[in-house]
Amino acid sequence: MKKTEIQNKKRRVGSRNSSIPFRGWLAICICLMALFLSPILASLFHSLKTPKDSSSSPPTYLPPSFSIENYRSLANSSSGIISDGIHLYIWNSVVLALITVIGTLVLSTLAGYGFARFNFKGKEVFFAAILLMIMVPFQALLTPIYFLFSQVGLQNSLLGLGLVYVTYQLPFSIFLMRNTFRVIPKALGEAAMVDGCSQFKIFKTIMLPLARPGVISVALFAFFASWNEFIAALTMISVQEKYPLPVVLTLLLDRQMGATNFGFLQAGVVVTMIPCIALFLILQKYYVSGLVSGGVKS
Amino acid sequence: MVNSYLLNGSWGIFVRSGSNSTKAGFWFILPAMIFVLAFFIIPLIAVFIMSTTNFPLLGEVTYVGLQNYTDMMSDTEFHQTIVQTLIYTALVTPPLFIVGLGTALLIRRTNKLSSFFRTFFFMPLVIGFGSAAFMWYWLLDPGTGYIPQLLRDLGFGNMEKPILGYMPGALIAVVFMVVWKFASFQMILLMAGMQGIDPEVLESSEIDGAVKWKQLRYITLPLIKGTLGMVFILSIAGSLLAFDQFFIMTGGGPDGQTETMIFYVWRQAFRSFNLGYAAALSVVISIALLLVSLIQMRFFNEKD
Repeated sequence: MKKTEIQNKKRRVGSRNSSIPFRGWLAICICLMALFLSPILASLFHSLKTPKDSSSSPPTYLPPSFSIENYRSLANSSSGIISDGIHLYIWNSVVLALITVIGTLVLSTLAGYGFARFNFKGKEVFFAAILLMIMVPFQALLTPIYFLFSQVGLQNSLLGLGLVYVTYQLPFSIFLMRNTFRVIPKALGEAAMVDGCSQFKIFKTIMLPLARPGVISVALFAFFASWNEFIAALTMISVQEKYPLPVVLTLLLDRQMGATNFGFLQAGVVVTMIPCIALFLILQKYYVSGLVSGGVKS
Repeated sequence: MVNSYLLNGSWGIFVRSGSNSTKAGFWFILPAMIFVLAFFIIPLIAVFIMSTTNFPLLGEVTYVGLQNYTDMMSDTEFHQTIVQTLIYTALVTPPLFIVGLGTALLIRRTNKLSSFFRTFFFMPLVIGFGSAAFMWYWLLDPGTGYIPQLLRDLGFGNMEKPILGYMPGALIAVVFMVVWKFASFQMILLMAGMQGIDPEVLESSEIDGAVKWKQLRYITLPLIKGTLGMVFILSIAGSLLAFDQFFIMTGGGPDGQTETMIFYVWRQAFRSFNLGYAAALSVVISIALLLVSLIQMRFFNEKD
């Protein structure tokens, strides 16, 4: 390829219509990438310092020597700051995520299919209920949910909290599943119906496997929602052994006023964010398509 | 949670879109609706009932009519949190939009290099508000945080005053964190909107010699009006409901100067245990938010 051709190609790739040459575009993008990434890398570096280095002032940007001591004391229940090792709280978060993901998947695939394929009495009422859910902020219902849960023994229950998460994932998830099912040709199911398949069997054996991209998006957002949710978890769970990860971080912060070791807190932050980053990198395509089609707040 | 479905119009055909008129559809939707009833409709009714009572966590619940609502009129602490929430919303919305739009313009092309950068721009969005707030709480720490250190290295004095301990530093720091964390959300929505524009429209405007920013102002932005409306509603509604970032980074301080509306409701309910009053506050905030969304929807629809 001649030099001019390469340059032309570069111009096209980078920045046609944006009135800046490719190199400028590249430089701006690299700077922005550094800005977006640096707090995350800083947190990682700080957590990998020795406790002495991570609590010394002024800080060094890079760890003078790498150490996993902060992680080790996070895993060690006798560190005195949290009553159990971090694995207990990771487990709590995993349980919460499993309840939320499975619950959301089951309910939203069924309902999405129902909305996409059938007309029936009461559909308008269901629709209105979901529309109302979109409009009423979740935070406004924490007070009654807290009270109602205390009446039925669901306070301090990861299951109870998970059921709430499932419910508030439904509008987005049903919408996404309904759109997914809409584009699957009806004829695929009709043939099976002639063979005497039940509606549910058609749904389960024919439609659901074809709806995989939507299913993955729904599961991914349900995971992010439950893993990162803060205010409801903070409110509904008041015993330390049941805390999910984001709430445990408040503990790492509170108890260390005075002799602060922020490396320890950042180790907790890293543990909390790594599953999110990993899942995002693996399933980026589904994350973006979910965001674009639902405009959901993650 | 205010979502975009209201705006993109596809809910309209939601109800009419089915094909088979059978009872089967009812059974498919029933499980989801049981959840909606139990964890949304019932709490929604409960919040209205609770708002008319004096409702301590322990002790007797008494009906007080509209007293909680009249109390609100003279509750200067609540008024203060409304003002603070509005200031925060006004401060965070423009930079969020500018960074979101700027990054969207940069990486809207569908090529490998653009999607490479997009992946990294997204990182702050996926890590959760809790993690991000705890990360920035440390980053801003005057002793071991990197940001005061960086400012020291750049010659901005000794930075001994904790940024989060003083106004307006605390508020500005939270705004920075939220822009960092959330701009890519607006980026992706705006980018999707722009990719939906017919490329020929842009090309023909170029032939006419339209200057780039004029093209943006008079062609690109008007063509993605629906997306803009959605982005603003999500951003404003989200900011009006802010809690996590303030709870973690400032604790509402200094002197309650960064306490938001939801923070105040939360404190009334779960620190002072005035559940009745908190319920009344929740009702008022919900209605206010509903109005904000409706006004914005009307505004963006009229301009079409």
